[in-house]
Amino acid sequence: MTTATVSPVETSRSLKSRILGAPSAGPLLVLIGFCLIFALSNPRFLATHNLSIILQQTVIIGVLAIGQTLVILTAGIDLAVGAICVLGTIVAGKLVNLGYDPVLSMGFAILLCTAAGLAAGGLVSGLRLPPFIVTLGILGILTAALRLISEGGAFPVRDPFLAWTGNTMKLGGFVLTYGVLIMFALYAVVWYLLNQTKWGRHVYAIGNNTEAARLVGIPVRRHLLSVYLLAGLIYGIAAWLALGRIPNADPNAMQSANLDSITAVVIGGTSLFGGRGGLIGTLIGALIVGVLRNGLTLAGIDPLWQDLVTGILVIIAVALDQMSRRKS
Amino acid sequence: MSAETTPLQATETKPHIVLEARNVVKTYGHVTALDGVDFELRAGEILAVVGDNGAGKSTLIKALTGALHPTSGEILLDGVPIHFKGPLDARHAGIETVYQDLAVAPALDIASNLFLGRELRAPGLLGSLFRRLDKKRMREEARRAMNELKFRLPAIDNPVESLSGGQRQGVAVARAALFARKLVIMDEPTAALGVRETGQVLELIRSIRDRGLPVVLISHNMPNVFDIADRIHIMRLGRRAAVVSPKTHTMNDVVAIMTGAATA
Ligand SMILES: Nc1ncnc2c1ncn2[C@@H]1O[C@H](COP(=O)(O)OP(=O)(O)O)[C@@H](O)[C@H]1O
Ligand SMILES: [Mg+2]
Repeated sequence: MTTATVSPVETSRSLKSRILGAPSAGPLLVLIGFCLIFALSNPRFLATHNLSIILQQTVIIGVLAIGQTLVILTAGIDLAVGAICVLGTIVAGKLVNLGYDPVLSMGFAILLCTAAGLAAGGLVSGLRLPPFIVTLGILGILTAALRLISEGGAFPVRDPFLAWTGNTMKLGGFVLTYGVLIMFALYAVVWYLLNQTKWGRHVYAIGNNTEAARLVGIPVRRHLLSVYLLAGLIYGIAAWLALGRIPNADPNAMQSANLDSITAVVIGGTSLFGGRGGLIGTLIGALIVGVLRNGLTLAGIDPLWQDLVTGILVIIAVALDQMSRRKS
Repeated sequence: MSAETTPLQATETKPHIVLEARNVVKTYGHVTALDGVDFELRAGEILAVVGDNGAGKSTLIKALTGALHPTSGEILLDGVPIHFKGPLDARHAGIETVYQDLAVAPALDIASNLFLGRELRAPGLLGSLFRRLDKKRMREEARRAMNELKFRLPAIDNPVESLSGGQRQGVAVARAALFARKLVIMDEPTAALGVRETGQVLELIRSIRDRGLPVVLISHNMPNVFDIADRIHIMRLGRRAAVVSPKTHTMNDVVAIMTGAATA
């Protein structure tokens, strides 16, 4: 590539090099590989019924991983993912159980989650604190506060609107919850923002080279703030989806959500150093985790193997990322 | 003061002065970085700025591009006094700056880097309501600009990290050329590059000048300066020691003025 070409600037890269060079090509092959293995070992795996279940099980981590992707693309990391989502379920559940209007309650809960994201973004961009520390602090504060509010215990939330996202519709043999559809819609919208708008371009530029972004006149701090705000909003929507799956508000829930969402992002090929990767990879990453869990369970294998295999995948993904960085 | 009158001025009809600084002072506490410096960039020229380490080259450039506020003195763009509040003001006024360290986003493609911070939006509702980027037009314009500057690059949708150091800096220089309306300033743009790559970037700087934009080039490299500059502004101890022409002065003359061993 470094040698001089005949015409000053080539027209375009070949289709082949584009497909092979796409960051989500590797994760997609891994996903297909696992699907093949599970399908060959157990014909039930490919049944539409089973595939529907995999999708439903992927919804919450899948949606949380959207926000996590945004934060990681700016070279940050979000450890408050699960805590902010639980904030949403507890607040919405409490308000509804107190007799407030369910739509307003859920709306208020989502607003609070957005505010939590905004607070994280403010501390990161305003005080220039490391995202790792800021979100770890928010995780601690929220977890303690939510246990205090709910007096330590989980409580049931029985309301048709809060449970609405768990309702199903049939689509050619597939049983899809509205939650699954909302997940795909969120992926589509945020994908568009990241890939087709100036806002998304600037997210990548900031994660890639903050100083260069500043020099070309991108308002870096304000942009970071908007990223964390959007992430918070997405965690709030995930809270609604969580109540649709399990009509229960539990302050001790989602403790593995941080690591699971980071796992989906990393397996999906997004770099922990920021500026590289994207949402398609994250969706594939979340599906890999879902497929592994489901396939191993179907095969009657101890689910501990799932943690082991995902652990290996994470290490491989990070190693590949590190290697490609050193090369360039 | 008498040393600052250049031999050139007598022989030419009065040229248009694009950017001018008069008696600019910048102090940091007890340190005087600029001690009443004058500066003059003429239309269509490559003006090299040379000087020893600490002579005040970078500080002068920062004052000219709004990156710092002079303690006193005057700066004029096209003869009009200006007061930049920050680098963005200078950019809006048509002054683009290229920095020594590669100010590119390596994972983004060449076209995205050229338009970084100034992306084009699609026409119609797609652009205004849905904020959609016009990637095709940005690619086309990027290609056109690179061709016009005769800068060799692989495909425009390759990530910048796949380029050599010289090509990357070429992208940064081309970005400046693409958006500068008045002038381009480069602070040691080739300091991090090898010989062949430096040659590429110098060639690019020449094409920018040939398209009519004046260029201010700060450089340590005397052969480069003599290769490319129309005039040489020599800094010494925070002031302009002289402005000379590479046609009338040798490298030894310039070094002697830089170090104070001689005057122009
Ligand atoms: N931010 C600053 N604070 C204090 N002194 C400075 C600062 N910037 C530059 N100086 C001083 O001003 C003088 C000129 O510096 P500079 O413009 O960087 O020189 P050059 O670029 O020619 O090497 C030097 O003595 C330097 O130490
Ligand atoms: Mg300097």
